Amino acid sequence: MTTGYFFSHRHILDIEHLSADDIDYILTTAESFKEISARPIKKVPTLRGNTIINLFFEPSTRTRLSFEIAAKRMSADTFNISASTSSATKGETLIDTARNISAMNPDIIILRHSFSGAPHMLSQYVNAAVINAGDGTHEHPSQGLLDMLTVREHKKRLNNLKIAIIGDILHSRVAHSDILGFLRMGSEVFVYGPGTLIPPGLKELGVTVCSTMKEAVQDADVVMTLRIQKERQNDPLLPSFREYASKYGVTAQVASWARPDALIMHPGPINRGIELMPDVADGTQSVILDQVTNGVAVRMALLYLVTGNS
Amino acid sequence: MMPVPLLIKNGRIIDPANNVDGVRDLLIVDGCITDSATAIPSDVEKIDASGCWVVPGLIDMHVHLREPGEEYKEDILSGTRASAAGGFTAVACMPNTKPVNDSRAVTALILSQATKADARVYPIAAISKNSQGSALTEFGELKATGVVAVSDDGLPVRDSQLMRRALEYAADHGLLVISHSEEPSLSKGVMNEGIISTRLGLKGIPTAAESIMVYREIALAECLGKRVHIAHVSTAMSTELIRSAKARGVRVTAETAPHYFTLTEEAVMGYNTNAKMNPPLRTEQDRQAIRQGLADGTFDAIATDHAPHSILEKEVEFDRAMNGIIGLETSLPLSLALVREGVLDENKLIKLLSMNPARILGVEGGTLSAGARADITVINPDLQFTYTEEQVVSKSRNSPFLGEKLQGRAVYTIMGGRITHRLAA
Repeated sequence: MTTGYFFSHRHILDIEHLSADDIDYILTTAESFKEISARPIKKVPTLRGNTIINLFFEPSTRTRLSFEIAAKRMSADTFNISASTSSATKGETLIDTARNISAMNPDIIILRHSFSGAPHMLSQYVNAAVINAGDGTHEHPSQGLLDMLTVREHKKRLNNLKIAIIGDILHSRVAHSDILGFLRMGSEVFVYGPGTLIPPGLKELGVTVCSTMKEAVQDADVVMTLRIQKERQNDPLLPSFREYASKYGVTAQVASWARPDALIMHPGPINRGIELMPDVADGTQSVILDQVTNGVAVRMALLYLVTGNS
Repeated sequence: MMPVPLLIKNGRIIDPANNVDGVRDLLIVDGCITDSATAIPSDVEKIDASGCWVVPGLIDMHVHLREPGEEYKEDILSGTRASAAGGFTAVACMPNTKPVNDSRAVTALILSQATKADARVYPIAAISKNSQGSALTEFGELKATGVVAVSDDGLPVRDSQLMRRALEYAADHGLLVISHSEEPSLSKGVMNEGIISTRLGLKGIPTAAESIMVYREIALAECLGKRVHIAHVSTAMSTELIRSAKARGVRVTAETAPHYFTLTEEAVMGYNTNAKMNPPLRTEQDRQAIRQGLADGTFDAIATDHAPHSILEKEVEFDRAMNGIIGLETSLPLSLALVREGVLDENKLIKLLSMNPARILGVEGGTLSAGARADITVINPDLQFTYTEEQVVSKSRNSPFLGEKLQGRAVYTIMGGRITHRLAA
């Protein structure tokens, strides 16, 4: 850690604006909180008296639960609001919602929204700290951080690794956060997927866009598989899931091209048999459940840090 | 009531229509420009134009005045006050009002409001009824009522056969067809497709969405031998298509807008809804190509696509924000930068802002000939100012240039001899 380092972020809107020192500090803080979740009584008073609002404009089970568990383990008072994205058509804008919530003086608002940039906008209208819990196809920073924590635990470093990310890069906010995070920490990122799901500009970001699965996965330290977003298939992006599974699915054979100690990861929920075969998802290299466990620790760290506890 | 005579003294007269560029006085009597032999009346009001350019009144061939239907954003009076403030003496207004200007009744309403306005208003009617792209509007009756062109601006004409028929039928009535060139199945995004759309997680619109339709319009105009005008060109590829079509003798004209030669997609960073427009802001390579197209005459006009939206449409999530920015009050300073940066000379700039739009639309203006209606803009090209929200004359404030330091602006705008804008000293 650089001497004189100070965590200065009021909000966690994306990975893009976190420095390598910031990421390192968040992950170290998260590690120190991990032990709390292993205690018989999983509660510390750290955030007692803090009010945390989970404002979810898009359905989510695991992210919301993970944030809520993180908040409760630190004794914060949490409130869940699940608003339909159609609420705007009922008359209230996101800014009005934000101003109303802000008037009740919460300390942290955790926002999940189907539009990219919504947390960024919200942060300009509220006094509370804003944590992005996934916005559109932009970023999902807490997921990116928990992925990095999981890799750091197993590989003992975050630099000089080959990270292969396979699948729907275009729509995956997790992939966007992972790409920015792993590159920032000094690793190499290789992506592979159907041309319809590879967004423009990745090369300029420093990502290697591969033309074969083998090129992407060969000697990889991490194979990150992404969920095919079935809800986005109205645009003719893929001819069929059957073909996707055979051309882009991560099978045991694909996994065998990676390093023997490679980690198999997936942000969940998995479409078993499509992007990831069950034997790989449940195999010895899979750290998918570690990711979930680490999610709570990372979110505890973020809640702790944005309330000014650095 | 006839305005008082005006004597504009010591200005640099730039009048491309008459190949004039030199310092001399200009006398206006009875709302018209006089010839040099006319005696100066005793009640003349003198305007000192030392250090200023005196040019034919600027004409913006692409604005949205929002009346009828969305007067909370802009109306004909407020929009023409903004025009005058920006140095424009005439504007052509697009038909995507509510209701759409697809009938004599709406055209007549606009013209009736315009009699009290601070700029001449030339209505553009829709190509198709309700701009729905299925049946032509009554071009003959619309022309007789006063429209100068037809366009489904805001919406492309999806059906190529309908576009073909529009070009043919418009020619019968001496109407210009203006194309909003956008291939609809490719243009479902909210900004330019590229590295920035990827970084922001916003759905992109590829440049091909525009070029494909520009090429269709050129192909139709070429094979039919008819005229077509391409609105708000934003890409390098479209510029090249128009350039080569012109070289072949195709009757195509084109406009671009100040934001396309000034800004790039970078302006969207931070989810700035005041940089959301259609077509979207493109890359630096596109911006340079647009500037080259202005320099070499590929573009015939600079038009603003003035698109007022209230805070209700802009202070929302980026995906939900409406497209468009206001432009009447910033067009001139942004265009003057092209002269300072050596892209254009003064003469070419005035052609793009006045003479050519008049000729393309087939309306009066664009000249300082003796006997012509006195539509004149006096420009101080050196005046520096910060464009602030308080200064905005338009009803809406949706500009990505707010807070910017700009140089050069209209100090007097004169319409038919009447001063419609005078910059407070």
